[in-house]
Amino acid sequence: MRDVAIIGIGQTPVDEHWTTGIRHLMLEAGLSALQDAAIETVDAVYVGNMLSGEIAGQSQLGALAVDFMGLGNTEAFKVEAACASGAAALRVGTMAVASGMANLVLALGVEKMTDTGGRETTAALAAAADAEYEAGQGISFVALNALLMQRYMYEYGWKHEDFANFAVTAHANGVNNPNAMFQSRISAEAYARAPMIATPVGLLDASPVCDGAAAVVLAPAEYARALSPAPVKIRASAVGMAPLAVHSRKDPLALEAARTSAHKAYQLANVKPEDLDFFELHDAFTIMAALSLEASGFAERGKGVQLALDGEITLQGRVPIATMGGLKARGHPVGATGIYQVVEAVLQLRGLAGANQLPNARLGMTQNIGGSGATIITHILEGMG
Amino acid sequence: MEAKVANDWRLRGQRYRLEGERCGHCGAAIFPPRDICPECGKPAKTPAPLSGRGEVYTFSTVYNAPEGFEPYTPYTVALVKLEEGPVVTAQLTDVAPKDVQIGMPVEMVTRRLRTHGEEGTIVYGYKFRPRVGA
Repeated sequence: MRDVAIIGIGQTPVDEHWTTGIRHLMLEAGLSALQDAAIETVDAVYVGNMLSGEIAGQSQLGALAVDFMGLGNTEAFKVEAACASGAAALRVGTMAVASGMANLVLALGVEKMTDTGGRETTAALAAAADAEYEAGQGISFVALNALLMQRYMYEYGWKHEDFANFAVTAHANGVNNPNAMFQSRISAEAYARAPMIATPVGLLDASPVCDGAAAVVLAPAEYARALSPAPVKIRASAVGMAPLAVHSRKDPLALEAARTSAHKAYQLANVKPEDLDFFELHDAFTIMAALSLEASGFAERGKGVQLALDGEITLQGRVPIATMGGLKARGHPVGATGIYQVVEAVLQLRGLAGANQLPNARLGMTQNIGGSGATIITHILEGMG
Repeated sequence: MEAKVANDWRLRGQRYRLEGERCGHCGAAIFPPRDICPECGKPAKTPAPLSGRGEVYTFSTVYNAPEGFEPYTPYTVALVKLEEGPVVTAQLTDVAPKDVQIGMPVEMVTRRLRTHGEEGTIVYGYKFRPRVGA
């Protein structure tokens, strides 16, 4: 197997793109990544996406992408793992390059969520859960996370307000990201006052419904320096799985798939959590940020919230997370999120993260969570500059 | 979302009788049916209804519902840990959201889950209410 590196990145702003459809979002992010890599063509395009069939009535996104990007008969198809679709597309691309079956791959994530009304989008997102035994009972995707948060608060004695810093920190970091959906600060008071969506998850615990696309170009690491002035090596790519439905998991708060994927990744990269300079985690909900920090070895069980309370998750803290706004402030266009996380990690590792640049960032981790935690994909990235 | 009549019909045993399976090898109770025991990994295809008694493991009151469930907001969903072991996702009924607590004993009842419009089917299934009596 060959080592794989990222030699180009591209992204659209995350927003409600009323004037742009799914194909033009893919086009904008994809061509911008090719341009960044200074190449015109690739051997394959893998598209991470969850909802195009439900919302745009459009399947076969791979064919649509290469057709409209002018890439002719380049191999292309969609990869789906709910909200982890983006990282899944990156992993498929990584496997293609590592195996030698392709040399240059474009891994693209795209989601267009705002063409339908709120209740239709909510119903489409609920398809990430068990359709017959979770969604069929009227449970929303938000409510699944709420069940976890309620139990977490019960077991460890945290109050809702204790989670505020996850949202406050994400928004503070979003201020300096020109591609973030929310480039504005929020206060802990605003967090506490936000209306409940599904108790105890309030509006400011949750990431927004939005549109966006992001892309990366992959190449064999041995050629990366010749192709790019600042390549980033993929030190690890690892997947963890857990039962699809929350009710089928032995220990729902353990986020077992995150533990598996993070620890596999540490082993592959031969690093420990404390070696990482930052962690782009999947803060779709504040509870998920806490559970992910615990399962990935940054905090003990029940103590993830303490990291936020102590300010350890800020850019100056011990474990900086959501450095460009995270899912909460940059936004969570579900199937694109896994690629946005990697694009932002590459910016940090290239030293191009602007006002949010971490000093001497060398090693970063991204983690993308599918559904309520059934598919979790972790990547560890290292700057080669 | 359109009515999926065949799908609703296939689920009648589970929705009306909380029909799961019993593992002939290790004795585990299984819900929903999966034909492979999640405890010991052996085949388990013997149907067995569950008692429907359990307690609330966690819950949430939903204010923003998915399409098809908006007429019922706010409603409370829960994970119910059944006496036999399996955990079920279901709505709670006959109880005000503010009175729901983790650990509360509940029992299964049959209720309307949703309708598919004026001329569509009405879907019935299990919900759980505070346990009556002992």
